[in-house]
Amino acid sequence: MAAKPHHSTGQTSTKGSIFNDPKVRGIIYQLVLVAGLVYFFWSIVQNAAHNLEKQNIASGFGFIENTAGFLPNQTLISLSATSTYGQALLAGLLNTLLVAVIGIILATIVGFVMGVARLSNNWVVSKLATMYIEIVRNIPLLLQLFFWYFAVLRNLPNPKDSSNLFGVFHLNNRGLFMPRPIFEAGSEAMLVALAVGIVGAIGVSIWARKRQVKTGQRFPAFWTGLGLIILLPVLAYFLSGRPISYDYAELKGFNYKGGMKVIPEFVGLTLALTIYTGAFIAEIVRAGILAVNHGQTEAAHALGLRNGPTLRLVIIPQAMRVIIPPLTSQYLNLTKNSSLAVAIAYPDIVSVGGTVLNQTGQAIEVIAVWMIVYLSISLLTSILMNWYNRSIALVER
Amino acid sequence: MSEHSLSFVRKEMVDQRPAPVSSQGPLYWMHHNLLSSVPNAMLTLLGIYIIYLILNAVIPFAFIHAVWEGKDREACVVTDAAAHGACWAYVKAYFPQFVYGRYPVDEIWRVNIVFIVGALGLIPALIPKVPFKRENVLFMLLVFPVMTFILLTGGNLAFEDHIIAFVVIFAVVMGLAALITYATQGKMKPVLTTVGAIGIGIAIIYAIMSIDFGLQPVETANWGGFLVTLVIAITGIVASLPLGIILALGRRSKMPVVRLVSIIFIEFWRGVPLITVLFMSSVVLPLFLPEGVNFDKLLRALIGVALFSAAYMAEVVRGGLQAIPKGQYEGADALGLTFWQSTALIIMPQALKLVIPGIVNTFIGLFKDTTLVLIIGLFDLLGQVQSSFTDPTWSTPVTSHTGYLFAAMVFWIFCFGMSRYSIFMENRLHTGHKR
Repeated sequence: MAAKPHHSTGQTSTKGSIFNDPKVRGIIYQLVLVAGLVYFFWSIVQNAAHNLEKQNIASGFGFIENTAGFLPNQTLISLSATSTYGQALLAGLLNTLLVAVIGIILATIVGFVMGVARLSNNWVVSKLATMYIEIVRNIPLLLQLFFWYFAVLRNLPNPKDSSNLFGVFHLNNRGLFMPRPIFEAGSEAMLVALAVGIVGAIGVSIWARKRQVKTGQRFPAFWTGLGLIILLPVLAYFLSGRPISYDYAELKGFNYKGGMKVIPEFVGLTLALTIYTGAFIAEIVRAGILAVNHGQTEAAHALGLRNGPTLRLVIIPQAMRVIIPPLTSQYLNLTKNSSLAVAIAYPDIVSVGGTVLNQTGQAIEVIAVWMIVYLSISLLTSILMNWYNRSIALVER
Repeated sequence: MSEHSLSFVRKEMVDQRPAPVSSQGPLYWMHHNLLSSVPNAMLTLLGIYIIYLILNAVIPFAFIHAVWEGKDREACVVTDAAAHGACWAYVKAYFPQFVYGRYPVDEIWRVNIVFIVGALGLIPALIPKVPFKRENVLFMLLVFPVMTFILLTGGNLAFEDHIIAFVVIFAVVMGLAALITYATQGKMKPVLTTVGAIGIGIAIIYAIMSIDFGLQPVETANWGGFLVTLVIAITGIVASLPLGIILALGRRSKMPVVRLVSIIFIEFWRGVPLITVLFMSSVVLPLFLPEGVNFDKLLRALIGVALFSAAYMAEVVRGGLQAIPKGQYEGADALGLTFWQSTALIIMPQALKLVIPGIVNTFIGLFKDTTLVLIIGLFDLLGQVQSSFTDPTWSTPVTSHTGYLFAAMVFWIFCFGMSRYSIFMENRLHTGHKR
């Protein structure tokens, strides 16, 4: 605002007060701003210190070494009764990341399918996709979360009458029970085979691209690679004497024991996040595809490409440039929205932090932990996606 | 060879024949849009099956088996599990709570007046063709908020107690303004009139709010339902607009400190979830205030929501500022306008007009996000619905389904309406650029 050249460059008219010099004014404004901010934060700190002292609340991060009196009901790290607040918070962070990563993968699939479906020539399909998008986008996520969790998952039958799939997957109001694979001696061979398969697939795709550049002949690298990745471990499984056995969940008493249990909170949260964010991603995908000039499709057809290759080689790569930036912010939104977990008591970082806050009363520290976690996730995601965006960006002359 | 004797010469054109059935009409449409290939036909069948499943679940529940009348849960408990129907009688019984929360029944007319005046003031403001836009907007921004405040809370603030403090602060601010004007050799009169007018305006508003209209005071703890949803959403958006404009200007400022502070502020609020902001405003904000000063819960939530949405608003406004061609800035400079003059008279009117759809979209997001306040113990519409499930009078297996369906319909109607309006404005504003 200071860059308002009131004085001309000539020497005659610079007689006015030095306060009329935009540079001096700018410095003064900024000094005033800094002074105001310093005073603001100083008074906040003073008040907070005084209030905390009066309420007898400790300050500082010493509490994370103390023993937590509670256990989150889903942990990716092993916790015991003597675990500390720090470990509980770490478990919460991992739960947040778990639900965010799975939600992002599923929402991307749902979003791309629905976005393409809305553009489909098939009237029924496109209207269905439109309906899904317009209904889901305009209803608050928390309401959808409550619906899935309280109205659907909590109303599922008891473990005794749970619905079964193939007799090994059991869905009831206690959660989703699945067989848990047990890796016995010899299963390392499968891991090695998987690694070999992945390396082989990458090698084949590099070789296929080189060959296509040299000779123009195409090679089904995708299917070959997929075959390598799947077939090699399966082969290893049988050669090493089938080293994987399963621990099946079984009904004992009033609940299922054994197996792998997915808690209903996780199912509900993932479902709500996927469906909600999927609708937004669908709109982004649709906008991205529509942004590619129709001439591109016509030119590709004129070159003799069929519909599939046109979409894969011409339209999608160009649409991705439009799709990636808003897609990034949707991924961030999903991660931030996973904090709604606290409403259904899924033990994510906010939920666990809330319990810690109630037990220790150290609100400032807990909220600082939340903010740091979410800001770092935001920063990391945007760095990653910006890097990806740059790698696919249009290279101009 | 004799000349050809043409026995027939057509004098007039033959009427156009209708296109063959294979390229028009419902059959063609079906062939082209539904059955053009085998996979397409299968997709169509799948789609029809999904539609059938949805309708088969929704229509019997919401209409056929629904219970419309009843006094308590007896009406809605159905022994036949197949004939599950929505319990609309419960929504009917709870409707006042869903709209007003625990607002005293005898005082509900005050809320109704606010709703009616708000609707009457808002609708003409949203229709582009209606004249008196400026008067309308001024009414909605100045008179309506004061009126709403008095009606909803009961007014009767204690202006008398603060009158001395106010006069002292006013005098100090006037003195500072005069000092700065003197030092910068600016014109004394316009500066002092502006500052004086703002101060006196605030005093008048405060004084009006302090008049005892004889209204019974209603604490915000008793507000609830859709009233709270609207209060939070609208206050949030109105408070965030000026803040967002200042932040957007700050982010484009040439002064590095101002720019840095704006960027940190914006990115901080945009990087954290609203829940943590609400927790912060409800748990930590009281710690930051001096002893003895205390806000009520709703006001604390409002502060959090306003700061949060101000960051989003700042980015929307910045988009508008970036869309203004450089010539506009240069033209304003060439006319000799100061920064604030050119911003207020040339840049902002154009930029804000451009971002009306963006503002509406931010509002839709905020409107949906108000549901989050139930986590910190305020009862918005969803909070009221959720808390009504604990009532044993209406506890049936279908109560929660019915309640969620009702809340979803209310939110959907509002959000969908606003998104249509935003599309309408977008089309209206873009006509100049369309080919």
